[in-house]
Amino acid sequence: MTESTYRIHGATGEWEVVIGLEVHAQVTSNAKLFSGASTAFGSEPNCNVSLVDAAMPGMLPVPNRECIRQAVRTGMAIEAQINRWSRFDRKNYFYADLPQGYQISQLYHPLVGEGSLTIEADEKAGIPEDKVIGIERIHVEQDAGKLMHDQHPTMSYVDLNRCGVALMEIVSRPDMRSPAEAGAYVRKLRTILRYVGSCDGNMEEGSMRADVNVSVRKPGEEFGTRTETKNVNSVRFVMQVIEYEANRQVELIESGGTVVQETRLFDVASGTTRSMRSKEDAHDYRYFPDPDLLPLELEDSFLDECRASLPELPDAKRARYEVDLGLTEYNARELTAEVETFARFETLLAATAKAIGKAERDVATPVANWSLSVAPGVIKSLGDEADPANATAAAQASILAMADKGEISGGQAKEIYELVLRTGRDPQEIADTEGLKQVSDTGAIEAAIDTIIAANTDKVEEYRSGKDKLFGFFVGQTMKAMQGKANPGVVNELLKDKLG
Amino acid sequence: MSITREEVAKIAALARIRMGDDELERMVPELNGILNWVEQLGEVDTSQVEPMTAVIPNTLRLRADVVDADPLTGGNRREDILANAPAAEHGFFGVPKVIE
Repeated sequence: MTESTYRIHGATGEWEVVIGLEVHAQVTSNAKLFSGASTAFGSEPNCNVSLVDAAMPGMLPVPNRECIRQAVRTGMAIEAQINRWSRFDRKNYFYADLPQGYQISQLYHPLVGEGSLTIEADEKAGIPEDKVIGIERIHVEQDAGKLMHDQHPTMSYVDLNRCGVALMEIVSRPDMRSPAEAGAYVRKLRTILRYVGSCDGNMEEGSMRADVNVSVRKPGEEFGTRTETKNVNSVRFVMQVIEYEANRQVELIESGGTVVQETRLFDVASGTTRSMRSKEDAHDYRYFPDPDLLPLELEDSFLDECRASLPELPDAKRARYEVDLGLTEYNARELTAEVETFARFETLLAATAKAIGKAERDVATPVANWSLSVAPGVIKSLGDEADPANATAAAQASILAMADKGEISGGQAKEIYELVLRTGRDPQEIADTEGLKQVSDTGAIEAAIDTIIAANTDKVEEYRSGKDKLFGFFVGQTMKAMQGKANPGVVNELLKDKLG
Repeated sequence: MSITREEVAKIAALARIRMGDDELERMVPELNGILNWVEQLGEVDTSQVEPMTAVIPNTLRLRADVVDADPLTGGNRREDILANAPAAEHGFFGVPKVIE
């Protein structure tokens, strides 16, 4: 494997960066991990809190089957070992956002074991070829509540709505060697989670956040001491943290200091990290098996259902788009990056193939180009004037079908789509009434050509004596005479005939 | 196995339990007594015994993913949740300011 060439250039030479990520992904479920309270985002404070979440005495946790199922399906999607026997542990720490005084997590026997995902080659980003990133484990655990510090002069406010919501902690191997690789890993993981439907991947709302482990070493040497920067909530910030931390550590070591294994915080405004001194004791979590919960044992039927309900995954879909649909690597990658994009594409592809009466493979390329560049371009140019409700698959398929038959040109297709988006009118009707159709009528085109030939006898002679380039001149003149509405294929054929 | 006064003080601090010198004095031999008592179990050879997780044969039950199916384990009871809070304002718990 070609390794990343990303290096920090220090005073004493080059340094390699070693990165591992712990991604916390909120499991998509209606209710919390151990209670029946809602997981809805943006509710009134403390309304989605049950007596279980508030840790009232005597309340007992009962795991939500759906949360377990989603974590198992995620594990299957990264081809990980699924542990049929796992167990919950208490991670003890005292903080105002955690009324239990401990987080129920899985340290010793996680639900999901060893797996991996592949990040794709990206020459520009310094990823020379596809790279497999190991994933050590996925375990399920409770989220904590939310603290607000700026609402009162002497008090912090606590909202426990998030407290007890199910998280998957997805722990990578320290396999990444550059900010770009880490960014690609987070993006790929997000794509997989969204395909599987186990997490909405909404980083702004906190559905996905990463703890970033960074260390530096001289290439080929042992791993250095790492720092962990907590709760980084965007791909860009993950990359910034790595860049900042790697440079800070190199400077520290080269000036005679040593890196301390510690927890750090990212400051978005300055793009720097700083030590979280108050958490010095925090690693003393005194884990022990939660006596309120029996071991979690999974049956064959449960695992079978998890596997059967997995959708086609990003790598498989991309390969199918290239091999079966004959799309370019670029188109296949762009179309499969987001769930919404491929869903729209596949709907439109089916509708277009049906409208034209051809196999999907035979219309896939024009539909892909339409989906990725033509349609978004039209929508962008219209801005607020476009009504998204008018962007139906039926209307777009109808335009693509007219284009396929040569009834309309590429430019006319755009004009028609503009009108469709503005008004919701039928594309066929627009083409007819607005005169947005190509003339394929050979009679009209022939007449135009005859006039042009008669008026340009000298050029006809030159062409016939070998000046092939003049063919373009005749095409241009004919199209001009037809006010741009002639079918270029028909014009070409007729011209070839007549010019001989 | 025995634990020191410093260890007891640290565990108390981690759990946010305030302990005076006299309490620590009393707690250290008490905890060591418990630890030594439990340690006797180490004399039994358990190399051939499967770890037991429950005294009766039982498996972990799972809940359906339904919101507020049972009022006892569901949400939408803010009044109850906040009833015992020393300070509650605007629907939030109020705690002494904690800032990182």
